[in-house]
Amino acid sequence: MITSLIRVSKAGWLSFWRNKWLSSSAISMLALAIFGITSLLLINVLINSLTANLEDKIDISVYFHLTAEEEDILEVRNKLVKLSEVRSAEYVSADEALERFKEKHESNEILMQSLGELDNNPLEASLNIKAQQASQYEAIVAFFNNGDYQEIVDKINYLENKAVITRLSAITKSIRQVGFIVLLVLAALAVLVSFNTIRLTIYSARREIKVMKLVGASNWFVRGPFIVEGALYGIIAALIALFVMYPIVWSLSAKITLYLPGTDLFYFLQANFFAIFLMQLIIGIALGTTSSLVAVRRYLKV
Amino acid sequence: MIKFENVSKIYPPDCRAIDNVSLEIKDKEFVSIAGRSGAGKSTLIKLLIREEVPTRGKILWRGFDLSEIAEKEMPLWRRKIGMVFQDFKLLPEKTAYENIAFAMEVGGRDDEDIERDIPKLLKLVNLSDRAGNFPSQLSGGEKQRVAIARALAHRPEILVADEPTGNLDPLHAWEIVRLLIKINELGTIVVLSTHNREIINGLDRRVITLEKGRIIKDAQNGKYILL
Repeated sequence: MITSLIRVSKAGWLSFWRNKWLSSSAISMLALAIFGITSLLLINVLINSLTANLEDKIDISVYFHLTAEEEDILEVRNKLVKLSEVRSAEYVSADEALERFKEKHESNEILMQSLGELDNNPLEASLNIKAQQASQYEAIVAFFNNGDYQEIVDKINYLENKAVITRLSAITKSIRQVGFIVLLVLAALAVLVSFNTIRLTIYSARREIKVMKLVGASNWFVRGPFIVEGALYGIIAALIALFVMYPIVWSLSAKITLYLPGTDLFYFLQANFFAIFLMQLIIGIALGTTSSLVAVRRYLKV
Repeated sequence: MIKFENVSKIYPPDCRAIDNVSLEIKDKEFVSIAGRSGAGKSTLIKLLIREEVPTRGKILWRGFDLSEIAEKEMPLWRRKIGMVFQDFKLLPEKTAYENIAFAMEVGGRDDEDIERDIPKLLKLVNLSDRAGNFPSQLSGGEKQRVAIARALAHRPEILVADEPTGNLDPLHAWEIVRLLIKINELGTIVVLSTHNREIINGLDRRVITLEKGRIIKDAQNGKYILL
């Protein structure tokens, strides 16, 4: 058993080495596939941070009556943050709202004057709520409409922003969907191309497979070397893909950060280096070995 | 001992490659199978090495029906028989030594055995100095001798040679035939299929002549029949 394993691995290595030309074409196709799949993953990271950026710009404000007690509002807030849809709920008291208003309209003298003539603060306390996803605002609004809070709630500006919010949520949703479909199609393409390349290398060995069977080799003894070869292709292809990817991401990263503040692709690559490399290795080895396995099968019947 | 019992092989739709053939080959026998191209020689060989299964009838090896060999047990049968082909069927990516070693490796022989046996086999076929050469660096006759050495690596009880001299000039052809005789004298059944008149007439052994899938003559010390 162990001698067979050693012999099979040795045969795989030898055939890999003696067919350098064929091996290098299979490796380059596999490397392209791995490179493609990894860049799609990185693009997905970008899409996610883009949609996160967009979604971060959406929020709704719930205004409370002037008579509402602060502790009632805080109680509402406590219940609100327990909802799974809610990412954050910021409480802005009436005083704070006034401060912000003054700050914002400092230069507008008429407004400041008329504000000074008022005896008390005309601004209402509010909660600024952000949802996990743009599509969840409806549910949050429903929470206020169904609950026992209708007495203290004055108005929800969701209705005013509704058009914008639904529009944005549709956009972010379709960016995600289209990105996912593109990713899937390209990944399938890469897999098919590398599978076919490996199939060709095995097609060129079909006579040898027949000879091996004729001199009494068992199916696994014939398959073994091809599987070892496929795994070798995968490992080398993963290394190549990584070495190509690293400098490319390094040079692009700064430019991307300009367009998408807060997104550092190079940092992402460095932080997840081992996970990414492991993924590339697994993709490479899985692609190489299963392609070999499937391609050899049809020549084994002698 | 091999026995064909009313064996027919019909390729769809109705090509009768072998038609109701019965024959018996005894231990240590040297049998030539003669006939023109298309007479059914190759099909007979394919049935023997179980590359094909008879449509009707039975092929028995020491009483065991070959068509009962399951796909999984095929390698074991292939290791019982040695095979030599017209086109040599050597592995082009392996040296002469490695080609012979491969046949032994698949049989699960250990490295010591392999290192001990291969020089002997190479000496038997007179190729000791070509061990490290790839098939592309060998002449036709040398390739066929490597193939014979490989066929013998399992120490088979029967050696089947399908037109082994078909691609060789007369001088090298005789070299191969003499080698087959030597192997037969060491106790192995040899089944040689050929359409070479000089070889059959020169051998002076049993000859089975096929025509259109039937045996038309089976003679000890037979001669080639002109049809």
